Order: sequence, then structure tokens, then C-alpha cells
Amino acid sequence: MASMGKQKSSSLDKSLSKGKPEVNAATYALLFSEIVQYCQNRVYTVPELQNKLAEMGQHVGSHLLDVLFLREKGFKREIKLLSMLIFIKSNFWKTVFGKEAEKLEQANDDERTYFIIEKEPLVNKYISVPKDKGSLNCAAFTAGMLEAVLNGANFPAKVTVHWHKGTCFMIKFDESVIARDKMIDSR
Amino acid sequence: MSRQTARGGDPRKVNGELFTLTYGALVAQLMKDYENDEEVNKQLEKMGYNIGVRIIEDFLARANSTRCNDFRDVAEQISKVAFKMYLGVTPVVSNWSPAADEFSLLLENNPLTDFVELPEGHDALIYSNILCGVLKGALEMIQMDVDVKFVQDQLKGDNITEIRLKFIKRLEDAVPVGED
Repeated sequence: MASMGKQKSSSLDKSLSKGKPEVNAATYALLFSEIVQYCQNRVYTVPELQNKLAEMGQHVGSHLLDVLFLREKGFKREIKLLSMLIFIKSNFWKTVFGKEAEKLEQANDDERTYFIIEKEPLVNKYISVPKDKGSLNCAAFTAGMLEAVLNGANFPAKVTVHWHKGTCFMIKFDESVIARDKMIDSR
Repeated sequence: MSRQTARGGDPRKVNGELFTLTYGALVAQLMKDYENDEEVNKQLEKMGYNIGVRIIEDFLARANSTRCNDFRDVAEQISKVAFKMYLGVTPVVSNWSPAADEFSLLLENNPLTDFVELPEGHDALIYSNILCGVLKGALEMIQMDVDVKFVQDQLKGDNITEIRLKFIKRLEDAVPVGED
């Protein structure tokens, strides 16, 4: 593990910064644009492109999880489904995207399914979708982040992205999550 | 949570950690997709170049800067205006060559490398090489051919991160290199 020769400093030796200076939105938009172009050059279809973006989003989400719980909650994890969702809608969204998510809804006919609705997610702000790729939603990247955060917090779920009232993230929890939640409730 | 309420809300700004991690995801993806570190470096520089070509427009539109008379002016603009504006840091300009055609940007805190440790066996990877591409692309759009490279990197155990810029020539009637 430790490297030989030159002294590389380990992240663990440094103290965790408290919140971060921000960067210009243009910088982020240009970086994200390069990411989308890069992914696009390596795939053939829109679903493949979205998968690729989601994969990269997962990388980001899984790294954000710990730092968020540490800073926002003093290392306390959420164990209830609803409080986890609210944590995502408010704390997570606010820290990462600068504001709370617009809406959190549950599907009428399915207790496993929830929606987070955001009219204009950060990553889509400067993206105009080409006509021949009407279904493409680059917020698949954000969906990937959400999925990694939920999975990392032990709420296994699938998160997909759809165009509905803006962008809609559909969160479909694993059966086990619902069962566990009911068990906690009944205690 | 209350700590967080102080900031946020400015639509012109993005959380720095999101930025850092997004860049990290990109580099990680490139490492998976390419055979060796040199290819990754090249790809990062290419992406940076594309960004630079576009960011210069934004810079000229917003920064209100006046025409630079010499390379020293250019250095000042890059560190005090451009880096500050886009990455929120101000590198120190130093190590001028006697002919004043070469200088270094010294970065104490590289915003791209928070949380980053290079894994073993990737000594050739220039993690932040995208910055070189950005600088090169942006300067090329204002008729300057400049060689940009990392000479020191904190990720590799150096005390400071140093980017060296060397002025090569003025481009006349610059035709942008076609995209591929």
C-alpha cells in the first residue's frame, strides 16, 4: 500500500475540508459536455449512452456518500426509507446542486416506486437534445449518482431517468427495502 | 444543515466537490478504456483543448480584460483572472526564463485533485493533464502557440504542482484545427 521512494501524501492524512469553494458553472458545463461527447463516441444507441453516463454518475455518488453523511448528519446513517428519501431531496440536493429537489412523490399504484422531479437538473442546463435523439436525457448521470448513494446507504434500488414534468428520476426500491421498512415500523 | 444554508443558490456556481468527483469519474473511465497511461494523458489533453477553444469566448466576454502587451500580461491574466474565475484558485506566477518567454504556474491547491491518490504502477499518468489542454486551446484561439506541460505534481509527491508554459510563436491567420 505505502509507496516507495517519493513521499506521496495520503488523503487520509489530511483533514477533511469543511464544504468547498465552488467552481464556475461554465467550467462544470464544459467538462460535462466533454464527458457526454466522449461517451457518445463509444456507443451506438441512446440507452447505451445513458448507461455509460449513469456508470460515471455512480462513481461520483459512491464517493459523495460518506462525506455527505459525515458533514450533514455527523455520521448518523438513515435507516428509514422515508427519511432517506427526504435526506436526498433536501440535504443531498442542496449540497450538491445548490438547492432542494423540486418534488418527491410516491407512485399511486406501487409502494416500491418513488419519483424525484426536477424541472431543469444542473447537468441539463446547457444541453439541447438533438432531434434524432429525443429520448436522451443526460441527467442519467444524476440518476447514477442517486443510485450509488441509495445502494451505498443500503437501500438497494434502481434509478432511471425520464422526461416528465421536466426530468423525473424514478426510484424503484428492492423488495427487501420495503419489507425491512415495514418491520421497523411495526416495532 | 444550517451550515449549508449560507451558501448555495447562486446559479453561476457549482459545488466544488461535485466538480472534482466528476472529473475523477472521467479519469477513472479513461483508465478503464485505454491501454496505458500515455493514451489517457493524450485523451485528457484533447478534451482540455476542446474546452479551451470554447472557454476563451466566455472569458473574453466576461472578464473585460484589455489587450495583453507581452507574455507577462498573459501570465497575469491567466493566473489572476482566468484561474480565479473558472476554478476559484489563483496560482502563483514564477520562474520566468531570462528571455521572458517561459514561466510557471504554481498551484498550492489543485481543485482537480482533492480526494485523489494515484494508485501504484501509474507513475506516467498526468492526472490533471486536462488543464494543459485547456490552456493550450484557449491561447491558440488568441493567436498564441504555447507549449504547456506539468513539471511537478503534488500527486506524485512533489511539494507543489507546477505547470510550465513556453511561448513558441505567434500564429498568423490562425485557422482552428478541425474537430475530429
